[in-house]
Amino acid sequence: MPADSIRDAVIIGGNRIPFARAHGAYAGASNQDMVTSALNGLIARFGLQGQQLGAVAGGAVLKHSKNFNLMRESVLGTPLDPNTPAYDVQMACATGMEAIGSLANKIKLGQIDSAIGGGVDTVSDAPIVVTDELRGILMEANRAKTMGQRLKALAKIRPGHLAPQAPGTNEPRTGLSMGEHMAITADKWGITRQEQDELALASHKNLAAAYDRGFFDDLVTPFKGVSRDNNLRGDSTIEKLGKLSPVFGKELENPTMTAANSTALTDGAATVLLGSEEWADAHDLPKLANFIDYEEGAVDFVDGEEGLLMAPAYAAARMLKRNNLSFEDFEFFEIHEAFASTVLAQIKAWESEEFCREKLGLEAPLGSIDRSKLNTTGSSLAAGHPFAATGGRIVATLAKLLHGKPGKLGFISVCAAGGQGITAIIEGR
Amino acid sequence: MVKDTYTEFANSSLGEKITKTLGLPQPAKLRRYRPEAPLIEGPTVVLGSSEASDILADQLVSWDLDVRRHVGRREKVAAVVAVFDTAQTPADLSETVLALGGLLKQLKSSARVITVFRDPQGNEDPAVTAARKGVEGLTRSLAHEMRAGGTANGLILSEELDAAAPSVSGALRFLLSGRSAFVSGQFITVQNTNGVLPDEWTQPLAGQVAVVTGAARGIGAAIAKILRRDGAEIIAVDIPAAGESLAGVANEVSGTALQLDITAEDAGDRILAHAEQHYGRLDIVVHNAGITRDKLLANMDPSRWDSVIAVNIESQLRMNRTFLESELFNRPEAGVGPRIVSLASTSGIAGNRGQTNYAASKSGVIGMVSATSAQLEARHGTINAVAPGFIETEMTAKMPFATREVARRLNSLNQGGLPEDVAETIAYLVSPAAGGTSGLTLRVCGQNLVGA
Repeated sequence: MPADSIRDAVIIGGNRIPFARAHGAYAGASNQDMVTSALNGLIARFGLQGQQLGAVAGGAVLKHSKNFNLMRESVLGTPLDPNTPAYDVQMACATGMEAIGSLANKIKLGQIDSAIGGGVDTVSDAPIVVTDELRGILMEANRAKTMGQRLKALAKIRPGHLAPQAPGTNEPRTGLSMGEHMAITADKWGITRQEQDELALASHKNLAAAYDRGFFDDLVTPFKGVSRDNNLRGDSTIEKLGKLSPVFGKELENPTMTAANSTALTDGAATVLLGSEEWADAHDLPKLANFIDYEEGAVDFVDGEEGLLMAPAYAAARMLKRNNLSFEDFEFFEIHEAFASTVLAQIKAWESEEFCREKLGLEAPLGSIDRSKLNTTGSSLAAGHPFAATGGRIVATLAKLLHGKPGKLGFISVCAAGGQGITAIIEGR
Repeated sequence: MVKDTYTEFANSSLGEKITKTLGLPQPAKLRRYRPEAPLIEGPTVVLGSSEASDILADQLVSWDLDVRRHVGRREKVAAVVAVFDTAQTPADLSETVLALGGLLKQLKSSARVITVFRDPQGNEDPAVTAARKGVEGLTRSLAHEMRAGGTANGLILSEELDAAAPSVSGALRFLLSGRSAFVSGQFITVQNTNGVLPDEWTQPLAGQVAVVTGAARGIGAAIAKILRRDGAEIIAVDIPAAGESLAGVANEVSGTALQLDITAEDAGDRILAHAEQHYGRLDIVVHNAGITRDKLLANMDPSRWDSVIAVNIESQLRMNRTFLESELFNRPEAGVGPRIVSLASTSGIAGNRGQTNYAASKSGVIGMVSATSAQLEARHGTINAVAPGFIETEMTAKMPFATREVARRLNSLNQGGLPEDVAETIAYLVSPAAGGTSGLTLRVCGQNLVGA
């Protein structure tokens, strides 16, 4: 297809279920239950019953092997036309962004006219598996041809093999948790406890205010009796946050990261409806914003050259250059709060002349970000962060913020495990 | 919803014998509307000798009904239409009334008696008015005497109205059909020649867009489903906290869900914006959302009083102002204008202990409907209210057992109504065939005066 036929990918709207703290309200719900509910709410909001969409894409970071076709199975449980194709995507915490970004590209290229992207995660229904040793023995027994061989294989089982294995969130190559990695980066950038607590507090205040003014009325549909993100503490104060003990980087001289300025483990699902302009018009659907561009990034965190969650700092530079934009051109910034210090470290990096010159190869720093434009309706510290659902939450929220502001731009940054991350640009209409 | 075990028992062969012997109430299984079923099965007898009675008989014939002027003594009768429109004095009623009486023992189950007469308020002559009021009284009493799920209702024609007016046909059809299963002892007035009969009686709302508030459950969900069945596109509205079940209802009716607190200042505007965006039109508004916060007035606190007033009536007044000022809701099309139906309650008519707040709001609805009617009429539209009696819902399921059992039986049909019964009446009132009826509060209560 010739390049001049690239068309707009329009964000029509979104729907998510409220995010709930792990092992709580959604403890009995599976990934499939949650993403199906989020899809049902989206279908109801936009009257998509019986429609055949171009594609539904999304995924989960913590996923049972039986959910090999999670999105397709979920689509089959909704009123969408069962002829709607669906596939799973996985890029750690950037799963939702990758799903949405790649669907937007397909729409731009004219491959599809409509799509739903998103993601889901539950820590409460995590895929617990058997040990590698036990699995090896069971597979050997399975391959055995005689009863004798089978018994011989099974006789190797030892009590220690029987311990269930929960999925870890530790980085496989360093053995460090994400929090420990972040603590190193925060220390390197000299991020203070005070700054982190202030950012966390702003997240809670902004999210609570947005709920109170009905901002989420057409972005969230309740699930299992929960109608607001239940990690939200709108009445928190800087004094209360200041009393918490550090939980990461405790061996450091000055540990700063607490449970309040790090995201809590949460369960939830989020979806975004995308379409071409023609498709949206033909179906009488709103057009909130255009998905302009997105960029993936990765850094070498294994050797300690860069912080685990710093990839978006690099991706942003490349994406801005490609689009000939600077931070001053943006109306809103949505920087995923994996930890308060993640946001602050990225901002400091973009403000740093040295970092921008040495690491990003820029003559001048990318510049600072106006805090009044940052995470204005709250972010992951308040809402929670069900890994793969975060991208959908952010894109739908930002699209709504930009709706009615034609041409105004919004910036997204989402970091991910494995030293990866995604940045994106959307434009109001 | 709690199962009505007694009604099931009374309809079993043993139960029927026992309840009859003991003189206990005998609730019948009511004939309810199914689009694919005949309008009514069996002979319909038209009594009276006026020109109007001929017009009505012709209308019934055009619906392929078995219309008779006389039936044999052993024949079963499905419905009687008794026309009194020319009565000049109470003594004039005698012939038709006694002929009607002679047919009552021949009625089938879920039979219909419909009295047709002129508006008692439309004439100054004492004798004429006495005759007309007399028909009201006999109709109400007859409703109490009906058995086996039968109902008796009145169809009132305004002074000069031609009996061939579309809404006369619309009302007649509603009263004959299973749509009016739980309506008895009530009167429908047709004021004018507004209204249009549908091309297809099973799809009277085809191409129309309806918003239903409080649609996530109970009566509201039933309204959404029945308006959809009748052909309407549905905008299902409920508070954000009810969003999960609201989405379920919206998906079931292939409509759209709008999470909205109707007490918000901009609620009307948000509904209009949604209707404009998704459908480009808005034809029907059903104000169903309502709450109860029961307390004796002596113990009433401001939050209980104010919240009931805010949700049940103030929100409707505010939204109606917005809708009536808008361009979207005021585009008459082929003689059919905007239609509004509000949920009132029999509590708003008779009062109910512990419900001063609720009754104030629901009486308020009745007043609002009557006072808004002129504005709607000017646009070929209508505004009416429906007052449910005891309806089997989640709300009434929470009543104590004994109270619920008594409430269920305290009506002429000896049973509670279903959410569908309320919805069917609403579907009739918002149909183009009811365009000549406005400002009315129609009770769906099985002729009962207790209930929420």
